[in-house]
Amino acid sequence: MTDVQSPIRRFLPLLILCGLLILPLGLEQYKLFVGSLVLVYLIAAIGLNLTLGYAGQISLAHAAFLAFGAYSVGILQPHGVPFELCLFIGATISFFFGLLIGFPALRVKHHFLAMVTIGFTIIVFLSLRNLENFTGGSFGIPGIDRPDWGFISFDSDRAYYIYMMIWAIPVLASAYWIKNSRWGRAFKSIRENELRAAALGVSLRNYKLMAFAIGAAYAGIAGALFAPLLGYIDPSAFYIERTIQFLLIVVIGGLGRFEGPIIGSIVVVVLPEALRASQSLFMIIFAVCIMLIMLFMPKGLIGLWDLFVAKFIPPSTETKADLRSAE
Amino acid sequence: MADLIQLLVAGLSIGAIYSMIALGFVLLWQTSNTINFAQGEFVVFPAFLMLLFYQTLKWPFAPAFTATVVISTFFLGWVVRKVLITRLLEQGLLPLIIATIGLALFIRYSLQVFWTPLGLYFPPVFPRFTVKVGPVLLPMEELLNLATAGLIILAVHLFITRTKIGWGMQVIAQNRPLATVLGIDVPQLVTMTFVLNAALAAVSAILIAPIYLVKYDIGISLGLKAFYAAIIGGFNQIRGAFLGGLLVGIVETLSAAYISNEFRDGYALIILIFVLMLKPEGIWGKKEEWA
Repeated sequence: MTDVQSPIRRFLPLLILCGLLILPLGLEQYKLFVGSLVLVYLIAAIGLNLTLGYAGQISLAHAAFLAFGAYSVGILQPHGVPFELCLFIGATISFFFGLLIGFPALRVKHHFLAMVTIGFTIIVFLSLRNLENFTGGSFGIPGIDRPDWGFISFDSDRAYYIYMMIWAIPVLASAYWIKNSRWGRAFKSIRENELRAAALGVSLRNYKLMAFAIGAAYAGIAGALFAPLLGYIDPSAFYIERTIQFLLIVVIGGLGRFEGPIIGSIVVVVLPEALRASQSLFMIIFAVCIMLIMLFMPKGLIGLWDLFVAKFIPPSTETKADLRSAE
Repeated sequence: MADLIQLLVAGLSIGAIYSMIALGFVLLWQTSNTINFAQGEFVVFPAFLMLLFYQTLKWPFAPAFTATVVISTFFLGWVVRKVLITRLLEQGLLPLIIATIGLALFIRYSLQVFWTPLGLYFPPVFPRFTVKVGPVLLPMEELLNLATAGLIILAVHLFITRTKIGWGMQVIAQNRPLATVLGIDVPQLVTMTFVLNAALAAVSAILIAPIYLVKYDIGISLGLKAFYAAIIGGFNQIRGAFLGGLLVGIVETLSAAYISNEFRDGYALIILIFVLMLKPEGIWGKKEEWA
């Protein structure tokens, strides 16, 4: 698709999806919880989409970054540190570890990078499990409180969902801003062709490191929000399965598309829950769905929307004129 | 000293099996740029099949073994290649990776739901007695595992370097357009690689199953170890996968014995990260020789 799009093409899917994110507020407790999980995963997946979708650097370390956020809250909160500060600290730690993990990305690519980053996730997992007096070991940290601003408490599930929305909005907005900024364009140029990007004066080193660091910081924010949502964290929540879940979200939604993580997190979180009616079969059906989506929609589910647009919504006059002049 | 030698042999024996799994991994990457995230499940599925034939149906060892390898190779080699891979190869690296993750989940949870969520005991394939060499006690099972795995890897090496099909695979790995120009049937050889990989995984399953309890979810860590082994040794060389597997096995066994068991999965990773930082092509890999 070209950059010149009618507003309806550009913003309709986003509006529908944001509408969907408000929907859980009206639902009963369990569905509200699933909706809350969607929000957490969404924020982390937006980070991964930045690293992988825009800059093309595969990262399987996002579960570890999530853990930094969650454990910052879990460890600091009992010492009376306010939640927002914990979140900020968690995001900062993730940011710097993101920079650190970015360094191998300067040397290795594709599957090697996948391996280094999954290795990082495993090392963080093992550390969380074994540094018992610091992280509570495999028992984790129980009793994590939700934020409280004195006059207003976010303790109830519905209030906490609103609290997470308050964070999700600037996250979405900043990701949208990054995508369209000079940075976003630099990331995309690296993804498309590193050599060309370098020749055009894009500093590969700085931008790759930043792609990792910013993506990691988003996951840190998601992790900080994740901890009070569950009220309890343990290392098993931040292992390979989680990191692969983020990868699924980003690719199933649509890699490098802004709407991708939104669609992906809804599908990857809600679909297994919806399939729970089929009891033990739900993971099998989910696995088959993943394979089918990749077989028939390798560009992700956003590809469906593109097909729909191409068929039913006529391009704006501006685009038509462009096409004609291109011919 | 005797302890150390015993541990080294134990490490080599488990490492040689990792090498076999890693070897299939490397071959797939070489000929079709496929990173198979279901590699661990490719080992678990035949282990379950073998249990079915050997333990439940009480077949003698040889037919049970043959049936396991044939069935597993057919499904995980041929069917997977035809149904899943052919179409996805045109779509690039990531959709293929995600699809193999889907495949891994499918196999793993199918085994859990339709078979059992419990860990199953697998009878030893080789006799369990120890041989005394001076002060050192060596279990026969480990020595035979090492020998079997070594022979199979040698056979694959000879197949790749001495036969026409093997040369074809090397050409594809080095230069795909050239392979087509030379009249090599690339899709056919890619299929053969998938079949070879599935067969290697099936054989390694029979060797590794008696060491672990067979459980639906052991594939995750097995697949990862094969992946480390391939990367540590060098992704572009058969001997790289071999060396990497042995190294992972030794490091894992020694560190579990001498440092701490809790971090046993961590040491190989630390080596891996250092190898990748210092010599990204792997300890024994050559830059750009293959692919």
